[in-house]
Amino acid sequence: MTERLFEGADWDFHTLQRITDACEEVATKDLGLDVYPNQIEVITAEQMLDAYSSVGMPLFYKHWSFGKQFAYHEASYRKGLMGLAYEIVINSSPCISYLMEENTATMQTLVIAHAAFGHNHFFKNNYLFRQWTDADGILDYLDFAKKYVMSCEERYGRVEVERTLDAAHALMSHGIDRYPGKKKLDLRAEEKRAGRRRQHEEEVFNDLWRTVPAGKSKTRSAISVERRRKLLGLPQENLLYFLEKSAPRLAPWQRELLRIVRHIAQYFYPQSQTKVMNEGTATYVHYRIMTKLHQQGRITDGNFLEFLGSHTNVVFQPEFDDPRFSGFNPYALGFAMMQDIERIVTRPGDEDREWFPDIAGKNDVMGVLRDVWANYRDESFIAQFLSPKLMRHLRMFHLHDDPEERAGIRVDAIHDERGFRRVRRELARQHDVGYIDANIEVVDVDLSGDRRLILHHHVIKGSQLHETDAKRVLQHLADLWTYDVSLIEVDANDKVLREYVVSPRPIPAAA
Amino acid sequence: MPIHIIDRRLNPGGKSLENRQRFLRRAKSLVQGAVKKTSQERDIKDVLEGGEVTIPLDGMHEPRFRREGGTRDMVLPGNKKFIEGDYLQRSGQGSAKDSGPGEGDSEDAFRFVLSRDEFVDLFLDDLELPDLAKRKMAQTESEGIQRAGYTTSGSPANISVSRTVRLALARRIALKRPRKDEIEELEAAIAACTDEDERTVLLAQLEKLKVKLRRIPFIDPLDIRYRRFETVPKPVAQAVMFCLMDVSGSMSEHMKDLAKRFYMLLYVFLKRRYKHVEIVFIRHTDRAEEVDEQTFFYGPASGGTLVSSALQAMHEIVRERFNPSDWNIYAAQASDGDNSYSDGELTGMLLTDKILPVCQFFAYLEVGESGGSAFDLSDSSLWTLYERLRNSGAPLSMRKVSERSEIFPVFHDLFQRRETSQEKAAP
Repeated sequence: MTERLFEGADWDFHTLQRITDACEEVATKDLGLDVYPNQIEVITAEQMLDAYSSVGMPLFYKHWSFGKQFAYHEASYRKGLMGLAYEIVINSSPCISYLMEENTATMQTLVIAHAAFGHNHFFKNNYLFRQWTDADGILDYLDFAKKYVMSCEERYGRVEVERTLDAAHALMSHGIDRYPGKKKLDLRAEEKRAGRRRQHEEEVFNDLWRTVPAGKSKTRSAISVERRRKLLGLPQENLLYFLEKSAPRLAPWQRELLRIVRHIAQYFYPQSQTKVMNEGTATYVHYRIMTKLHQQGRITDGNFLEFLGSHTNVVFQPEFDDPRFSGFNPYALGFAMMQDIERIVTRPGDEDREWFPDIAGKNDVMGVLRDVWANYRDESFIAQFLSPKLMRHLRMFHLHDDPEERAGIRVDAIHDERGFRRVRRELARQHDVGYIDANIEVVDVDLSGDRRLILHHHVIKGSQLHETDAKRVLQHLADLWTYDVSLIEVDANDKVLREYVVSPRPIPAAA
Repeated sequence: MPIHIIDRRLNPGGKSLENRQRFLRRAKSLVQGAVKKTSQERDIKDVLEGGEVTIPLDGMHEPRFRREGGTRDMVLPGNKKFIEGDYLQRSGQGSAKDSGPGEGDSEDAFRFVLSRDEFVDLFLDDLELPDLAKRKMAQTESEGIQRAGYTTSGSPANISVSRTVRLALARRIALKRPRKDEIEELEAAIAACTDEDERTVLLAQLEKLKVKLRRIPFIDPLDIRYRRFETVPKPVAQAVMFCLMDVSGSMSEHMKDLAKRFYMLLYVFLKRRYKHVEIVFIRHTDRAEEVDEQTFFYGPASGGTLVSSALQAMHEIVRERFNPSDWNIYAAQASDGDNSYSDGELTGMLLTDKILPVCQFFAYLEVGESGGSAFDLSDSSLWTLYERLRNSGAPLSMRKVSERSEIFPVFHDLFQRRETSQEKAAP
């Protein structure tokens, strides 16, 4: 009989070490996980609140909106409206997991298995994270960002920096490259680049150049529309990138701030696309590890029951008419799908063989799962692996709500032979960020006229922008662009539904 | 694989403090309004405890592009009875969404908790010491001394030795004063010299040097420098607060309570402006005495009412212990307004001649019974007296209070930032 990892609920740092070693043994030997080196940090509730307000990152630049977050979380935590997470895990190398000090020994084991091995493996192996994030460089980059923002505040004043950051934050959701481009982000190089550029500017600054007469410029009309659009890289859906590169009157430091916000948005982009998979992976991993530890006799029956209690709370999925229902719980859906894949791989039925010929009965559960974890995101994962059995089990159905339809909301498909594929496609679409975020892009700039920036919103299924918010965001955009900005909402037939025009606010005189 | 386990719990807290302050600064006007609203509902003791405030989210909104309306598709779990092609009735809520976009946006409220310090700061932020204090600025400053270079005259105690020696050395070098070893060398040469002629030459040389040595002193009065000091005005960072209260039989517990609340507020307010605040409690019936706080508020006393006795006592204490050039003096008097008729003359004189000239601020608070009809009655004798003094130009602040809830507005009103320090009589 193996030695127990701990007795009761108390733990100390030796216990944590033993727990981590035991988890690691299961994770690498039984599950074949491949993880970044782990760094486990024990924190207090207050520190957890701090982490909440800076989107979970250990360091971040200063901005009032984080203070607002903090005040909000603190108030709801104090009133008992909100519990705190058991852990926060950061996609960095080494992979940092924050554990709350209040957790019992069982909870610490669960959390270490969940975060330090489940999430960690996913971060290291999923293609989106490999493509878009730089785990080695993120902490250094945040450190650079923090210092850079601070130095800008010293040089140009807090108000100015705040104005730029406010505007950049408003556009953050549209500051993302959605398609893999030229090269992978190297955040370490970013930091060096910014320093070099500033140095270069200072070195080559020569006031004489201002007075050198420029050559005769080409007549505007000579540049064709096509050429102009190409020069500006249009159409461009990454609004922050476009402003950084093309906004006519931004100072270099403002461009750098936009770049920082853009890089951070990009860093979080994979997380928003893989909620179900990420949590599903971590939950599946912690379930496997805990079960194994229990089988080995390393944790007692009592501790295992405690674990099962928390685990079932986490993967609880209320039904649609339940007052607690607020959409699909990513933990529940993800875990159910991972377990379902395990079932298909090991004990497939005829239906499964027909739907999943590639994996049914393959018997190598971890091999299949590792492949899935590495190569899919939520949308493709659901589209590919949601099985009829699981749809029946969760009793999924698809509602179609057309405001024009007088009769009411139509039940479009249910969990039956006719409906499986449609339900699955629709659920996958619900997890597709391409569908969730408004599709807005810069289409043109009126270079020969008043330099108006023209954006299009391609309206899908008649869902237009929220008016007040759209105006406010456009105001920020216009402030950065410093000329008029117009946003045109067009439907699939290029019919104009609505047009917004916003002029920049005058910049208050610098103090 | 190495695993690092780090205990972060001992790291300094307050990491979000800076962001929080930025947020408060940005939302200042909103938070201030909320603080004022909250404080009116509160008891004084709690008012300074901080606590939850609610501000409209509108001012702190962070906009994003988001979509609304249109055709919606959703997949839900938990189907029990629907089959394909069924129609569900819309609930009223769904159709209401289509009406006027942007409606009801700003109704969202943002709740959060302010700490005690934040609360007090915001609460007192738009208050300031009355104009009277500015008028007396010269007196609120004392003289401090600070070094300011060197001077050629001064008292021997202030001689700067190092500077003096340095100048002397410079002068000695410049005038080529012979050094001691130079003379010794020459003397040795003379002693060793055998040639008579040469000896005479050397002796003459020595004599010349010795004369020069005597002529050029080691330290000349010219070299002497004294450390120079300058007086600079230094603001006084201390204040004394006089609490005067009538404790004669006519003052009820309720009235004393009102007075106590007012004193507390004044104390907190002064405490924010001055490093060091002392409180002197003077209670009076027909004679006045300085007492401790406990006795002041709760000690039994009886007798007639002579306000002048308290003013006299205060005057004496000021003279003995609180030099007006070193102390900022604030006084608040609470009374139900009774005063013996014959005392009026003396009270008025003491106040205008002795007390007001040394005070930064003198407030008179007339307390009444809860729900009492104090305002319907004719003005009390003290009120009439003070009002007369004020009309003739005395810088008095006076208010009437009969309910707990009025303390705050009255206090606020007294110290509100305003252009001119005109006081309005209570309604």
